[in-house]
Amino acid sequence: MQCQRCKDQTATIHLTEINNGQRQETHLCEMCAEHEGLAIKSQIPLNELLSTLLASQSSPKEQPVAEVAAEDEKSCSSCGMTMREFQKGRLLGCANDYEELADSLEPIIEKNQGGNTTHKGKVPANAPEDSKKQIKILNLRRELEDAVENEDYENAAQIRDRIEHLQ
Amino acid sequence: MKLEKISKQISKWFDGRGPHSEIVISSRIRLARNIAGYEFLPRLKPERQAEILEKLKSAILSVNVGEEVFFIDVAASSELEQDLMVERHLISHRHARGKGPRGAVIAGTEAFTAMINEEDHLRLQVFKNGLQLTECLAEINKIDDEIEKQVEYAFSPKYGYFTACPTNLGTGIRVSVMLHLPALKMTGQIEKFFNATSDTDLAVRGLFGEGTEAIGDFFQLSNQITLGVSETEIVEEFTNDIVPRIIDYETLAREELLSSQKAVLDDKIQRAMGLLKSARLISSQEALFLLSNVRLGVNLGRIKDIDISTVNELFMLTQPAHLQINNNKILDSEQRDIVRAEIIRKRLSQK
Ligand SMILES: [Zn+2]
Ligand SMILES: [Zn+2]
Repeated sequence: MQCQRCKDQTATIHLTEINNGQRQETHLCEMCAEHEGLAIKSQIPLNELLSTLLASQSSPKEQPVAEVAAEDEKSCSSCGMTMREFQKGRLLGCANDYEELADSLEPIIEKNQGGNTTHKGKVPANAPEDSKKQIKILNLRRELEDAVENEDYENAAQIRDRIEHLQ
Repeated sequence: MKLEKISKQISKWFDGRGPHSEIVISSRIRLARNIAGYEFLPRLKPERQAEILEKLKSAILSVNVGEEVFFIDVAASSELEQDLMVERHLISHRHARGKGPRGAVIAGTEAFTAMINEEDHLRLQVFKNGLQLTECLAEINKIDDEIEKQVEYAFSPKYGYFTACPTNLGTGIRVSVMLHLPALKMTGQIEKFFNATSDTDLAVRGLFGEGTEAIGDFFQLSNQITLGVSETEIVEEFTNDIVPRIIDYETLAREELLSSQKAVLDDKIQRAMGLLKSARLISSQEALFLLSNVRLGVNLGRIKDIDISTVNELFMLTQPAHLQINNNKILDSEQRDIVRAEIIRKRLSQK
């Protein structure tokens, strides 16, 4: 392959760059590559790659655990866990904490989980029937939001009916 | 004991084979679960912790999780045995040095391990060689379903599986691939890779060595988000999008090194071989660094008389606890450097 710049030497350096999701290839000889200031080092903009790649699933993420207001002294009635203790040890005391300390925990969960606040995925086979129903409703609500966002009003109406039917 | 038997072999998932094994060493999926009605570990009294250990141990042992399955009482194990399990990725450092009744159920092939009373009551793990996340998910799901028939997991429709730390809440899944990225490292692009992932939902960690410092060009890439994204979605994104792109980039970097800096590359590879074949004292850090270059040499066909599984075996067997258990004695750091050099020298000179 001929060098794209001098159109004389054989191209030995092949650059692939991804700009705004577009793949761009450049073929140069070693001298021209050096002339262009392209050390082998900076050929592949991996950071760009990863950010385009992850743009779809990522959302801004700050520090792992949010600051807790000093006056937050609420404690779990079954295990006594407080937000202050959680902040220190980064672990909760029991499953109840998620309900009882919800006001303070919710923002932390949202921040750590890319803005998500409700479960999607596997459900234990032995989960009680009413909780399975709840999950169905939660999932339908999510579908409903998507449908409205995509201006698919026909589908949205159907989903709304199904939610009402379940409730 | 079983540990002495496995300490001389390489784990099945580390045999250097499997899909895309020239770059993806292994795939791992972990599920975090807690038992309903019991406090999480920080609030769990020792008697209740012992109850959980018994309950989960018998539940898991009654399920088919592989061949030659055995249980290890981690709390009663020596530090050396604990370290050996950590070096083999069977248990975490946290589990090794944790508090109170705790244990691990391990399959003889090391393709499955369960940590009981680590950060959560139960952490299931399935390992496979190469890029096989879909297969890992299918397998771990089956095991999880079977265990669930015997114990009730803490679960809510809104939050999913409850976990001690909110960063695991929901699916409780951690999907990881271990990658060997020497060409990206050599061409100075790995830092960008680290920087890029620091503001995304992926975590990159060095595979061997401590903390974030990656030694020997091995990296572990895992998902960070566990809530609001299903297990299948995460696995599919890794399998169809993220990992293939990284494979492409590493492959490209290898090709570029081969076509434009062949002499430099060969020099690195052959020097590494030379040092490993002649050194009389070698630290684990130096060994990792040099073996990584040899591994690249084998994968690129620059070294022809050594099999990739030999290189992997040396990675595994030259770690500190392995050296000591396989020699039946406590060795200080200089003695370890001597033994390590000896093992490597012998293995690489064998024809
Ligand atoms: Zn040119
Ligand atoms: Zn509590």
